[in-house]
Amino acid sequence: MNIVGDVIAWFADPSHWSGSTGVPARLLDHLGYTVQALLIAAVIAVPLGSVIGHTRRGGFLVVGSANGLRALPELGLLTLLVGFTGLGILPLTITMVVLAVPPLLAGTYAGVRNADPAVVDAARGMGMREREVLTKVELPIAVPLIVGGLRTATLQVIATATIGAYIGLSGLGRFLIDGLARNDYTEMAAGAVLVAALALVVEGLLGGLQRLIVSPGLRRAQARLRAPRQAPVFAGGTAS
Amino acid sequence: MIWSWIPANADRILALTVEHLRLALIPVVAGLLLSVPLGWLANRYRVARAVLVPAAGMLYTIPSLTLFVVLPGILGTRILSEINIIVALTIYTVALLVRSVADALAAVPGLVVAAATAMGYRPARRFLDIELPLAIPVLVAGLRVATVSSISLVSVGALIGVGGLGEFFTEGFQLQFPTEIITGIGMIVLLALAGDAVLLLIGRVLTPWNRAGGAR
Repeated sequence: MNIVGDVIAWFADPSHWSGSTGVPARLLDHLGYTVQALLIAAVIAVPLGSVIGHTRRGGFLVVGSANGLRALPELGLLTLLVGFTGLGILPLTITMVVLAVPPLLAGTYAGVRNADPAVVDAARGMGMREREVLTKVELPIAVPLIVGGLRTATLQVIATATIGAYIGLSGLGRFLIDGLARNDYTEMAAGAVLVAALALVVEGLLGGLQRLIVSPGLRRAQARLRAPRQAPVFAGGTAS
Repeated sequence: MIWSWIPANADRILALTVEHLRLALIPVVAGLLLSVPLGWLANRYRVARAVLVPAAGMLYTIPSLTLFVVLPGILGTRILSEINIIVALTIYTVALLVRSVADALAAVPGLVVAAATAMGYRPARRFLDIELPLAIPVLVAGLRVATVSSISLVSVGALIGVGGLGEFFTEGFQLQFPTEIITGIGMIVLLALAGDAVLLLIGRVLTPWNRAGGAR
């Protein structure tokens, strides 16, 4: 199809790679909005989820917010906020934080809450204070699930950052919105390729991270758990 | 918030609600019909699972506006066609449900399947009469998530001119008229909650054995 060639030609055009309207600048803006919102969301959600998971009080808040906010249309929230704050990065950031908090909260809560009770009891038995139990035992165990929550949150935020172009912000969504306004399908398609690629790359990286960062102590424990599965080989060896 | 705007525009709100439900629910039904056979494949053949589950995950990763914008070029539809939104949301529903269906079928106890086989059920009948009904709870859970996100996502379509109640967002933004935006958000959240409740109820009605099991 011709459109594939057009999009390749679009990417080959050096004018699309330089200046404040080029791909690198808009990609950086997109990432900047994303990281900023995720940091704010993490500062809210991780401590809150830890406390709720540790004390086991208020779990309904976590479940309720995760389910309820799925129904909230992000474009509606964004356009509504503009009415209160005016145009600019603030309404987009608030929208992204609102969308990012529930999955991060749910991940942290689930991770802390599902820490093996025997391990938590052992930590208490060793004389750890409650704060230490949380920060030295439960949170390290929870890390993979927290990163799982971060994955969901990041995808939401990257998608929402795209919509930010509608209220005049930068980011890769500009190519979609501008292309739409100018009826330039090539630009739209190129923008779509960029946004999809960004989402897939970030998702892949975070998925890898989730597998990698398991607390070293737990990695040994998992290795020990896995060991019996290899045992039959040795058992067979000794039996014969 | 200008409350009198709502009754004054009741006709338009109703018309957009109908459009919104059409755009949101056709994909859920189509997605369900597609993902049952795909989920069956993924559960039955390891190769199919190794392809379908990661592919579904990748499709789910792509932001909705991107799909809305690209589909006309792929499908040959006009950009203002409702088909673009319906196809995009169907893709999301399938991406979400394929895994649900595969996991739900995998969770059917092997002894139950063996008992059905021993009673003379052939594979096709066994699937429809035994395995699929037992998969309903997990399937309904996935379907609830898909329905609520679909109802919410339709509104993004307003950016390309087809968005049901999402039109209130773009119009309210351009006219700087919050009443319109709040009405749109309220209606969408109501529709999502209603859809969720209806599915919960359907799930209960279709699985009477879960209640007969008594207190657990």
